[in-house]
Amino acid sequence: MSIVTVQLGQCGNQIGFEVFDALLRDSQSSHGLCCKRENEAYQASCKERFFSEEENGVPVARAVLVDMEPKVINQTLSKAAQSGRWKYGQHACFCQKQGSGNNWAYGYSVHGPRHEESIMNLIRKEVEKCDSFSGFFIIMSMAGGTGSGIGAFVTQNLQDQYSNSLKMNQIIWPYGTGEVIVQNYNSILTLSHLYRSSDALLVHENDAVHKICAKLMNIKQISFSDINQVLAHQLGSVFQPTYSAESSFHYRRNPLGIDWHVRPPSSGLPSLGKKSLNKDLHFNTSIANLVILRGKDVQSADVEGFKDPALYTSWLEPVNAFNVWKTQRAFSKYEKSAVLVSNSQFLVKPLDMIVGKAWNMFASKAYIHQYTKFGIEEEDFLDSFTSLEQVVASYCNL
Amino acid sequence: MTQSVVVQVGQCGNQIGCCFWDLALREHAAVNQVPARSHEPPRLSARVVGDGGSISKGKICSLKARAVLIDMEEGVVNEILQGPLRDVFDTKQLITDISGSGNNWAVGHRVFGSLYQDQVLEKLRKSAEHCDCLQCFFIIHSMGGGTGSGLGTFLLKMLEDEFPEVYRFVTSIYPSGEDDVITSPYNSILAMKELNEHADCVLPIDNQSLFDIISKIDLMVNSGKLGTTVKPKSLVTSSSGALKTRHQKPFDAMNNIVANLLLNLTSSARFEGSLNMDLNEISMNLVPFPQLHYLVSSLTPLYTLTDVNIPPRRLDQMFSDAFSKDHQLLRADPKHSLYLACALMVRGNVQISDLRRNIERLKPSLQFVSWNQEGWKTSLCSIPPVGHSHSLLALANNTCVKPTFMELKERFMRLYKKKAHLHHYLQVEGMEESCFTEAVSSLSALIQEYNQLDATKNMPVQDLPRLSIAM
Repeated sequence: MSIVTVQLGQCGNQIGFEVFDALLRDSQSSHGLCCKRENEAYQASCKERFFSEEENGVPVARAVLVDMEPKVINQTLSKAAQSGRWKYGQHACFCQKQGSGNNWAYGYSVHGPRHEESIMNLIRKEVEKCDSFSGFFIIMSMAGGTGSGIGAFVTQNLQDQYSNSLKMNQIIWPYGTGEVIVQNYNSILTLSHLYRSSDALLVHENDAVHKICAKLMNIKQISFSDINQVLAHQLGSVFQPTYSAESSFHYRRNPLGIDWHVRPPSSGLPSLGKKSLNKDLHFNTSIANLVILRGKDVQSADVEGFKDPALYTSWLEPVNAFNVWKTQRAFSKYEKSAVLVSNSQFLVKPLDMIVGKAWNMFASKAYIHQYTKFGIEEEDFLDSFTSLEQVVASYCNL
Repeated sequence: MTQSVVVQVGQCGNQIGCCFWDLALREHAAVNQVPARSHEPPRLSARVVGDGGSISKGKICSLKARAVLIDMEEGVVNEILQGPLRDVFDTKQLITDISGSGNNWAVGHRVFGSLYQDQVLEKLRKSAEHCDCLQCFFIIHSMGGGTGSGLGTFLLKMLEDEFPEVYRFVTSIYPSGEDDVITSPYNSILAMKELNEHADCVLPIDNQSLFDIISKIDLMVNSGKLGTTVKPKSLVTSSSGALKTRHQKPFDAMNNIVANLLLNLTSSARFEGSLNMDLNEISMNLVPFPQLHYLVSSLTPLYTLTDVNIPPRRLDQMFSDAFSKDHQLLRADPKHSLYLACALMVRGNVQISDLRRNIERLKPSLQFVSWNQEGWKTSLCSIPPVGHSHSLLALANNTCVKPTFMELKERFMRLYKKKAHLHHYLQVEGMEESCFTEAVSSLSALIQEYNQLDATKNMPVQDLPRLSIAM
């Protein structure tokens, strides 16, 4: 089952490159800690998922690169080609000359519609190349103009045209202390739109990844390259083939088989007063957790800790909310590795902060003229605020 | 890739422009000397500001500047055409006259404006046609004279009408108090009204600041305090190593500073980096309200010492310097005023962690407006300027420009109250006293906006009540 990746904007393209590189490097590594046959099955599965074959045998990433100015795409294409191990399709990119100027409105209302046909055509071509297509992986940042604005637009289009396929968006949450001054506006507009059309939003915060580089990896002078490589490592360990729970001898065919469609019970949420008093206030309450274990001794690993009811909201049984996938084949030469994908309250604080800052700025009407210039009016902002306040409230109520 | 066209108007504008092209060529020659690695496309960064060039044996040949040169006197432009840069300019892109504007805004704006309107439009259209994606017009002029000030601002309205989607960035040299042109306050205020209404972004610069920077450099270089010598090419004021050697003229040092400002401003659009910043992002991030588009710039470093390995402490010094008054191109005190927004454009081997560390370090000493507490826009460009391993350009939208404008207004009122020299202006057709009063009100309104923002300065930051949602 194949995934088509759409990389948008500078951030999306820079990360996309690292992800494909990490995936291929891992799959081609011989340190799998498993038998040769298994390694080969792993490799084949990874390849089919993310790459297509070309005549001369060099894997071609199943990706569409989109950016509104050429520098980053050119760099990305050449870096891939330089590696010699894989490359991007020659005609898989869409590029314009002038960027989106950090303006969500420009990305969404001007660039999006203008280039809709070309971009969707490129995506369709990639989808047609897949023998069995499973879904989209869209990599974008929220702070800028292209990734955020065009990302929202494209995701909407994918929802219309491929409503049965999974759309997972990889969102890069910007640093709290600005990279872009209007990042909060761009973020709330992006999130509120994606909420309507995306199936899953996988979030990575720049601040968090930065801390990983600084504290855990002790990198002195952290560059975006370092940050992106950490991100790629995390994503790779989620997306590389895993065994399905049912049959331990075949790799799971559907890479994005996480059931994100969790809904609160139709009988309604329990009233707030009934919160469990023994709940440790440090726990983020979760709706769903997925643990993926790779490497040595996976079968004997103890994951009971993840089934503690205290971790989950009162209207969910841990057995429904928790999944574990185990694969013997090691990832990226690590003897043992584990990754946790969680749908929980961890994002409430950052989201609340962004909404708060955007709201303060909106109250003073600062920068609004830059958005109304391209058709995003104050009502659109208010709609976004409303939907995000609802998201925050929903998560807080868990 | 987008292109920009430089429009240099008047004596000051053309002299600065000349230095700019010289340095731009120097930068491109230096950058292209390193042969592109085989997988990289040849660096076409020159195409952003130049046209039709080819690169042979590391030298840039037959590159034509995307520029329009306008002056109502022939002296300066002729000198350029006879000098070593003559090949760089397309002779069809010039407009000159002989009589000059007599330091009279009205002559520049109304007389020459109407006289040369069609010609100017034609040249501008021509240069736009040579661009396959024109993004920005850079206008360079002075405020105190007649041509740069009058005709230069006349162009703004024309550009806005003719090319509404192209940004207009204006680099304006404001007259200092001791300016020898008596009518400079009149010219400046009349020009300010145009800048208020038709420019997207203005970078005000005053001669006094440039002069102070030069004095500081001279002091450092000559004092012998520095144990090692200063790299000559690295002086922000120097033309050495420039592609074409020119006879160093008195204002060259100052003009080179401004030229470096423009180079650094466009660097992220021309070269690669891990966090690019295009010119349209400058306006998007730094202009919260349409009228408040005046940006104070500061440039570091001003020179490099010959010791090559610069430890991070020196790097941090660069950031501190950018916020010191010594490096600003306008006499102002941003630290004691209110920041509306700030952009840091870094070039060279600087990574995101260095940037973040310094922002954290400097933030406490700076006051940002309540609705933009994290009002930082950053960019990282991999290619440093010639002679440096890294550099920083800081652009601040700060209420500290207010005193400059207020002073200008005062000087204006002193003259206007006595009606001194007014007749020179009023005798130009179409000029009436109302032009003056309108210009002053426009400036007063602007000052008032800054006042209102300043009033919020020391108030505690309050979070406004949020939307409440029924669940």
